[in-house]
Order: sequence, then C-alpha cells, then structure tokens
Amino acid sequence: MSTQSGQPGTIFSPALAARFDKLVTLYPVKRSALVPMLLYAQDEVGYLSDPVIAEVAQRIGITELDVRNVISYYSLLRTKPAGKYNVQVCTNISCMLRGGNEILEHCKKKLGIPNKGVTPDGLFSLEEVECIGACSWAPAAQVNYDFHENLTPEKIDGVLAGYKAANRGTGK
Amino acid sequence: MADVTFTVDGKKLTAPAGTLLIEACRTHGIEIPAFCYYPGLSLQAACRMCVVRIEKVPKLQTACTTPVAENMVVTTESPEIAQARKATIELLLGNHPLDCPVCDAGGECELQDMTFKYGAHESKFVEIKQHREEQQWSPVVFFDRPRCILCYRCVRVCGEGMDVWALGIQNRGAGAVIAPNKQDHLECEECGMCIDICPVGALTSGTYRYKTRPWEMNHVGTICTHCGDGCRTTLGVRRGDDGMDIVRGDNRDKSGINGDFLCIKGRYAFDFANREDRLTKPLIRQADGKLAPVNWDQAIEFAGKKLREIRDARGGGAIGVIGSNRTTNEEAYLLQKFARTVLGTNNIDHHRTADYPAFAAALNHSIEPGAGSSGTPALAGKAEASLRDFASAKAILMLGNDPTEQHPGLAWQIRTNVRLNNARLYVANHELIKLRRQATSFLQIREGDYPALIAYLGGDDSALDGNGEAAKLREAIRGEESLLVAFGSEFRGGDVSALVRFGSLLPTVKFACLADYVNSRGAADMGLYPDLLPGYVPVGAAAHFAEEYGSALPAQPGFDLVQMFDAAERGALGALYVVGSNPIARYGVDPAALSNTFLIVQDMFLTETAQLADVVLPAANLYEKAGTVTNAFGDLQMVKKAADKAGVRTDFELIVRLAGALGADPKKLVPFGRRGVQADFGQARGAQSGEVDRHGVWLAAHHLEPKLSPFDPFAILDEIQRLVPAYNVPHFELLAGDDQHLRPGLVRIEDAGSRRDLVLPSNDTLFSSGTLGRYSQMLSSVMEARKPAETAAD
Ligand code: SF4
Ligand code: SF4
Ligand code: SF4
Ligand code: FES
Ligand code: FES
Repeated sequence: MSTQSGQPGTIFSPALAARFDKLVTLYPVKRSALVPMLLYAQDEVGYLSDPVIAEVAQRIGITELDVRNVISYYSLLRTKPAGKYNVQVCTNISCMLRGGNEILEHCKKKLGIPNKGVTPDGLFSLEEVECIGACSWAPAAQVNYDFHENLTPEKIDGVLAGYKAANRGTGK
Repeated sequence: MADVTFTVDGKKLTAPAGTLLIEACRTHGIEIPAFCYYPGLSLQAACRMCVVRIEKVPKLQTACTTPVAENMVVTTESPEIAQARKATIELLLGNHPLDCPVCDAGGECELQDMTFKYGAHESKFVEIKQHREEQQWSPVVFFDRPRCILCYRCVRVCGEGMDVWALGIQNRGAGAVIAPNKQDHLECEECGMCIDICPVGALTSGTYRYKTRPWEMNHVGTICTHCGDGCRTTLGVRRGDDGMDIVRGDNRDKSGINGDFLCIKGRYAFDFANREDRLTKPLIRQADGKLAPVNWDQAIEFAGKKLREIRDARGGGAIGVIGSNRTTNEEAYLLQKFARTVLGTNNIDHHRTADYPAFAAALNHSIEPGAGSSGTPALAGKAEASLRDFASAKAILMLGNDPTEQHPGLAWQIRTNVRLNNARLYVANHELIKLRRQATSFLQIREGDYPALIAYLGGDDSALDGNGEAAKLREAIRGEESLLVAFGSEFRGGDVSALVRFGSLLPTVKFACLADYVNSRGAADMGLYPDLLPGYVPVGAAAHFAEEYGSALPAQPGFDLVQMFDAAERGALGALYVVGSNPIARYGVDPAALSNTFLIVQDMFLTETAQLADVVLPAANLYEKAGTVTNAFGDLQMVKKAADKAGVRTDFELIVRLAGALGADPKKLVPFGRRGVQADFGQARGAQSGEVDRHGVWLAAHHLEPKLSPFDPFAILDEIQRLVPAYNVPHFELLAGDDQHLRPGLVRIEDAGSRRDLVLPSNDTLFSSGTLGRYSQMLSSVMEARKPAETAAD
C-alpha cells in the first residue's frame, strides 16, 4: 500500500510526496498521520481538493469518507479554495465580549465579501471561526499562520493593508 | 469468567465478571434506557441516557460502558437519574422536528418512548430549529437529518457489522451530521441495517416511507424467499384492494437464525408480490394461439383431462415434471408424490444449485474411489453445520462461493463471529472475495484447483506444488481442534466426497453445502430427482414408500431436466408440468423444443416458460402460504402465511386439485382427516393473515390434529416425518417458529460418483435473485442506480 515518492499518479510535489512516505511510518497506526498530512497538503495545494482527499485516503488506507469526516471536524481544514490571505476572525466568547463581531463586520465591509467569501482577485478570504486560543489578547484574528491580537477596526485595516502591500512586493 | 455479585435497585444479582452493567441488568429484567448502546457493536457512550448512580462514585455513570464489579451498589431509577435523562432528552429535542404524526418511526420510536417516559415534552429552547430537507441517498436509504439523535448506531452497524463503512459523521457539536460515502449519495450494499437500527425515524427506506402507520399492520414472522440462508423476516401486512398487501419487511424479531441481519432481499425484495402484472386468472391457449383467461374449473379440468389422456395413451414416461426451489417442503414432496403415484413417472427434476445427493452420501459413507456401493462407512455420522454454528464456531474454512453476494446471512454470521469471538476464518477462493478481509488467511487458487487443494490439504504434497500459502493454510487447519467447512457449488460429486473424507483427518468437523435458493435444499431432500425419492432413497428401493402410498412406484430412474427437453425435442414428451421454475430462460432452451409438448406452468408471472404454456395457473408465493422450508444448512423452519392475493392459489392446492381432475383420490395424496374429521376449508385463507398458523400452534399445543383439509400442508409434513427420519424433528417447536436442525442420517444412498452432474449455479448477486428477482422493483432500481458507477470503476 505504501506509495513511493515520485510515483506516477501522486498529485503532490516530489518533496511533499517523500515527506508523506515517511510520515505514515512514524506512528504506531498510519491513521495518526492524517491530520498533519492534511495540513501539509492544504499548504501546498491551497485547499483539500477531491484528488487530495483521494490520495491521502489511499496513502493511509482508509476511506475517503473517513478523511472527509476529519476535515469537516476542524475549521482549519477547508475543501474549497481560500484567498491567498485567509482572514479568520474569532467571535467566540472572549473575543465576542471585546468586539470580535464588530471586527468581523468591519472586515466584511472592507473586503466587500460575506463570511466564507473570497475577493474577486482571490487575494483575501474571510471566515468566522471559533476560539483560536488567543483569548488573553482578544479580540483576535488569524491570517494564514499569523496571529493578530487586541484588534480594533483601525488595527485590522492596517493588517489588511500590510498583506496587500506584501503581495505587491512579491510582484504577482 | 468468575461471577461477581452486586446490587441493583436493592436486588442482589450475579453476572460473569466483565459483563457490562446494562447487559447484566437486562438479563435480570431491569431495563436501562439506551439510545447509542447496541449489543454486539462497539461502545459509543454518546447519548448519556443510560446513566445510573453507583455508590461511592461521585457522578452518574453510563451503564453501557461500566463493567459490573464485586459489591457494586447501583440505583437505576431515582428522581436524580430521571432528571438527568429528562435533560438529555430535552437537548435531543432541541432541534428535533415535531413530525411524529408523519414520521415512519412514529409509534415505534425510542425517542418517543423515552419522551413519554421521562416527560421532557416542554422545551426550554426558544431558538429556531435547524431544519434540513430530507435527502435520498440511494433507492433504499433516505435521510432526514433533523430527526437524527447522533447515536452512531448506523455508522457502527454499517462499518463493524456490514464491513461496508459507508456512513460517517461530519462537522461537530450541534452541527454534526451523518454523511454518506459519496458526499450526496451512498454506494453500498443497500442492506437497510442502518435503517432498522436507527432508534428514531432519521433513516427511512424507499420501500416503506410514508406508506402507513406501524399500528395499521399485522406483523408476521416468516422466512425470506430468496437465498439459501433462510433468514427470518417480519412482514408488515395491511389490507388492500384484493387481499393482504405486504408493505414492509424488517427484522423486528431477532430470534431467527440470522440474528440482527437481513440483506436487501429479505427486507425489501418482497415487492414482486404486489406487482400489477401478477397473474391472477388461469390462462388457456386458445385456437388462435393466444392465451386467454378462463375460470379455475375450466383450467384445472382441461389440464387434468389432457394429462390423463397422455398418461393413459402413452404412459407416465411421456410426462415430465419440473419442481421449484422456492416452494415449501410439503409442496415439493407432494409434487413428487403426485408425479410418481398419479402420473406414474420418475421424470421429475428441479434446477439444481448444489450436489446434495453427493453431500448426503458423503456424510453417511466414506466411499473409497472405485469402492462402489460396498465402501466402508468410515465417516459414519459426519455432521452438518447449522447456520447458527457459524456464529459461534472457533474456526471456519470457507471453500469457494462468495458469501457476501450469494449467502449474505452466512457472511454476516461469519463476520460477527470473527469480530466478537476472534474466530479464525480460512478462505480459499479463485476470486478476491470480500470475506477475505475477515480471514486469518486467504489463499487464492485457480478456478479448477479446488480438487487439487483438497488433495493437498489431505496430505498429497504434489497436488499444489511449491505453494507456500497453501502450506501455511494446511498447517493452520491441522492445528484446529474443531472446524466448520462451508463449500460452494464448485464442489460436486467426487469432490464433495473427497472433501468430506479430508475432514476425517480432523478431530471435529462439520460441513455445509451451499445452495442458492430458499428451498433448494428442501427440493433436493424432498426427492425432486428422477432417480431419488425423498430422503435420497433410490427409486429402486422404494418399499416403505410404496407401502405408505398404497401403490407401486415406477422403479426405473426417469429423465432428468436436460433429458426431458431432449425428449421433448424428439417428440417423446407428451406433457410437461412446470411448477415455480423458469427453465426456458435458465437453461436457454429453444422454445421450439416444446412445440409438441402439452405444457402446464404454475407461476406468479408470465415468465419465458409460462409464455409457451398451454395452461397457466397463477400461483401464490412463499409469503402467501404456510409450510416448512429447509435452508442450505439443513435448518428446517416454518413459513407463515403473511399476505394474500385474490385470484391465486398455493402450489399445494393446485397440485391436489390437478390430481383430483386426473381422477386421483385426494385422501390418498394428502392423508388428511384420517380420524374422520373433515372441515375447515376456509381457514388456510382467512382474512386474518397468520390466523391459520396461530390456530395450528394452538391445536398442536392441545395435542389435536390440525390436518383437517386436503389443502393442509401439515398433513403432508407428518407423512414426510414418517418417511424421512431426518425431518422427524419436534413438531411443536417447529410450529412455534423455532428453527430445527435436521437430524443426521438423512440418506442411505451409496454411490454418488456415477450420477450425472447437472448443478447449475445461479450466480446471483446481492441484488439479483433468479427469475423472481427480476420482478422486484427495488432490486431493479438498485442495479439501475449502480450501473454508471460500475462502468466508471472499470
Ligand atoms: S444500507 Fe447497509 S450498507 Fe448501505 S449504508 Fe446502510 S448499513 Fe451501510
Ligand atoms: S441516523 Fe439514526 S442511527 Fe444514525 S446516528 Fe442518527 S439517530 Fe442514530
Ligand atoms: S441473506 Fe438470503 S435469506 Fe437472508 S435476507 Fe438475504 S436473501 Fe434473504
Ligand atoms: S475566544 Fe477568540 S481567541 Fe479564544
Ligand atoms: S447508551 Fe450509554 S451512553 Fe448511550
């Protein structure tokens, strides 16, 4: 069942495929490699597409349904393409008490997209999420893997502008 | 395990250590409510309904996950517990719709029952309920999400029980939802296990949804009419325009040999019975060559007169009879008695799907090759396995066949046994059959290599040279102290004897010879053979039969099925009487072969064979009659009359009437009323379905004779029990609905090797069932739905 890296048919880069080959050997049961594998795959592909799900299921030896069950459990994992910068705004208790909902509303207006929307240029996407573990610095938001804390509408404007600029900087 | 003693609600109880508290209580009649717990499935502890108070433990505990312990003191009902359960129900009802009045489960819903018991009908939730539309996942399975209480029973039974793993759970918390494997639909075995196990009405079936209310039906436990496993199915019947219609099939009564199981056929493929195009009027071919409806007297008179003329002019040898794999034992028996005593012919056969004569001979005698009839009975008393044995055996050897497709009930028993008891399963097959997933070891061989495998297992190393896997298998099998061996129709004649002989090398072994249809075994046991009488008695040794029948029987073997059609082609077969069989399609017989043969066909539909008939007699099916059937494993069970259809007659009645029209004395054919009682013709078709069976049980319990009419199958059962000792099982248990395994010593025929091999496997799948299956809308729609998927997978 083990998939050789670089084998014809893998949809991942050779480096990632090789990493996956190793990953499944690290745990007493292959299944334990599922969540890390999904995270890496999402980073590389952008989201967990049907082919990603199929290959991950096959590599671990479980059904695609099993993979989907796990994906749907975690808000971090997504099955639709997100923007280049995925803005996740927390509205759970601590953040809600300190204005998380306002931050979310502000982002919607600013980006011109609803919750779970993607801007037409594909640069930003927006998501309302449950607690991201930054309660001490609520309200908080997460953009890709970066945390932004103690937010105010002005502050989040700066954050968004920063990503826009960074994107221009990459020349894309 | 040692017993432990503990106290529940002030009563001292004992149970083996390790028993779950909930089970221990149930055994002692203390019911603890449970939604997610289901015996035999993994523990989930998802619902918290089973909470109980255990002394010295700070919080309420789930009885479904707590093993009993010495001196444990438990309270199962108290205001505190009731409050906790009530709160649980309130939460479950938070999003639950109030559609009990239309829900299929209404009236038999565990959530309703618990709400009733704990009175959680006032909800504190004011939020708007989350509503989702009902979804159709397959022809069989519908899902109504808001009704789901997330007990995971369906997920577990599909995965652990069926080994299909088609259901999962997605999202989390209040948003959690049961999901099918193909995102918006299911691709699965369509067994309906998930539907039946659902404690509420979240999963419903395409067959039954929104059809009726449970209390509007009568429920009749009878035997599935499809494969050779003989599962008990409970049919829900309701009065319709022209009789009692079957509206539902399920497995409410889990006392059958199938335990919790039914496959799609036992649950949903009863729908042929309600078809519009069912024959309900006898037909006679007219001068213009067309079949036209006539009344019963005309049809029976005409058929009887023609048979009489042909018999009297050309002798019984000019008449052939083909019996059925789906009629009762009594009907099969009666048919051969009719053929032999009234028609005076041994030209009788049926569609054979297993070589039972060889099996029976092998069980009774070990015949050395070439030793002929004087072989020494070295293996006398080798036993046959009941289907129940497969649920508890320590080790099983499965040779050939694909039980998942052809014997779903057997496959379930084996899977369950492997899962719950760590039974060892050894599989050898020429295909990669699904059951290999439960196998301790799986050996793939070539299709023609089964005899070689047996030789190899028996010690002939050259038979499968250099096959390391085979060596391991042999090693493992030889280490087993007891073994069940089940084999498919790949084994016939001498191969069966060789296999049974091989078994003699093992300490304890039992065998099962798999045949394809509900009463294939009964058809064989009841003598639907040109050379064998009931019980496999050779036609040449018919003494005690002649005595019982009061007339001499033809002593020479007659034509087998193939010879009958050859004879017809030569013009040597004047008449052919076909009961519940479709040989034209099954054997690909050229219709022209029958152009000079007077053909009588008794069936439910105008099959390919019936289309050629001169007389067509509309017959009742297995769900519309009482009697007994024998499954492939030799388990004898009673079928009960569930449904009823105006215009049709049972095969039993038709045979008796036909005999009457031939001038035979019905009393000689069916020994009814021998004590002088003759009455009660109507009982067998009472308005109350199942009535006759209850009547029968009552009579038997009072040591009275239930045999009151010439159409009473139990009069024939008595005769069978007199003449075929293996069938002489206790009558009362049988009538009460318990399966009875046949007694040993079924046969005394000696030589199996010389018989012609006419076994023709039906090759049915989970979704087909011979000619009958083609008339099931549910089976057809499943096959239709699967077509694109199958091509895509190629
Ligand atoms: S019908 Fe049977 S196989 Fe299909 S999902 Fe339900 S339990 Fe699984
Ligand atoms: S669909 Fe039925 S069986 Fe499945 S989790 Fe929901 S309530 Fe339980
Ligand atoms: S396994 Fe066979 S007997 Fe049982 S329900 Fe299915 S077809 Fe009927
Ligand atoms: S509540 Fe927002 S980070 Fe925890
Ligand atoms: S039955 Fe015990 S938690 Fe569900």
